[in-house]
Amino acid sequence: MSDTTIEPPAAPEPEAAETAAPDEVIPAGYDDGQDHIGLVHHTTTGLSNTKLAMWLFLGSECLLFGGLISTYMLYRNRQGDALGPDQLWDIPFTSATSFVLLMSSLTMVLAVSAAKRTDERGTRLWLTVTALLGGLFLAGQVYEFTVFYREGLGYTTSLFSSSFFTLTGFHGVHVAVGIIMLLSLVGMLAKGRIVGDKAETVEMVGLYWHFVDVVWIVIFTLVYLVPA
Amino acid sequence: MSSDTELSSTTGDTAETHGADDLHHHEISDKTYVLIALLLAVLTAMEVAVTEISSVPDGLLIPALLIMMVIKFFIVVSYFMHLKHDSALFKFGFYVGLGGAIVLYSVMLTTFHFFLN
Repeated sequence: MSDTTIEPPAAPEPEAAETAAPDEVIPAGYDDGQDHIGLVHHTTTGLSNTKLAMWLFLGSECLLFGGLISTYMLYRNRQGDALGPDQLWDIPFTSATSFVLLMSSLTMVLAVSAAKRTDERGTRLWLTVTALLGGLFLAGQVYEFTVFYREGLGYTTSLFSSSFFTLTGFHGVHVAVGIIMLLSLVGMLAKGRIVGDKAETVEMVGLYWHFVDVVWIVIFTLVYLVPA
Repeated sequence: MSSDTELSSTTGDTAETHGADDLHHHEISDKTYVLIALLLAVLTAMEVAVTEISSVPDGLLIPALLIMMVIKFFIVVSYFMHLKHDSALFKFGFYVGLGGAIVLYSVMLTTFHFFLN
C-alpha cells in the first residue's frame, strides 16, 4: 500500500501528450513538477496514502481516548472525602468553551473549502482564526484547571481527579498540537513551502482538528453533563 | 513563491492519484457548513438545557444526552470530515478503530460492573 517511486518513462503516454504542450508534457499520474519533478505516484488502492494513513491514525486515536474516557467513567465517583464533580463543574463556562471549539471546526472546514478553491488568502485567514479559537479553548481549559487546583483538586487528590486531569489533559495536548500544526501550515503556505497538493495538506490538518472536536463532543457530554 | 500565489493543485494526477477520494460532485457549499455549525450549536444548547431541567429523571436524561452526543459526533464526522462521501476504505479504517474501542471498553466496563452500578 506504499507509494512506489519509479523513474519516469522515456516517452509520455499518448493521452497526456494530447493535452499538454510538447515542452510541458506531464504524463497522467505525475505531479506538476513543483516538488518532485517527474516522479510518479501510484498506489495500490488508487487513493491518497496520506489520507488513508490519517484515517487509520484517527481510528487508533479512538482506542486511546476510549481507554481514557472509560477509566474516567469508572473512577468518577471515587473521590472519597475530596471534591467531586458536582461541587466543581461550571457548566455555563464549559458550555461556552465547547461552543468555541465547535465554531473552530466551522472555520477549519471553511479553510479546507478555500484551499480547494485555490484561494490561498482565504485559506490562511480561516486557518489563523481556527488557531485563535483553539487557543481560546485551551486558555479556558487552563483557567478551569487553575480554579480546580485552587479549590483543592490536585492531580493525585483522588482517583476521580487523576482520571479527570489525565483525560482532559490529553485532549488539551491534542488541541495544542493542532494549534502548532495550524500555525505551521499558515507559515508554510505564506512562504510557499508546501510540497505537492496543498489542498490535501490543509485537509489532513483539518481531519486532525475535527477529530479533536468530536472527542470533545464525547467528553463534554460524558464528563460534564451526564450526572455522576 | 510569493505569499499571494494561488494554491497549486496537481495538474495531471487528479484522476489517478486521488481517484475515488476526490469526489468533487459531493462538494458542500460554505453556506451549508454554516447551517451545519448552527445545528451543532443548537444541539449543544439543547444538551445543556436538558441538564438544567431538574425535573427530568436520570432514566430519561442520560439516553437523551447520549443520543444528542451521537448525532453531533456523526454530523461532524460525516460532513465536516467528509467521511459520508469518501472512500469506503477510509470509512473502514476509522470505523474499525471506533467500533473496536466501543466493544473493547464496553467489555472492560462490564467486567468492572460499571453498568450494574
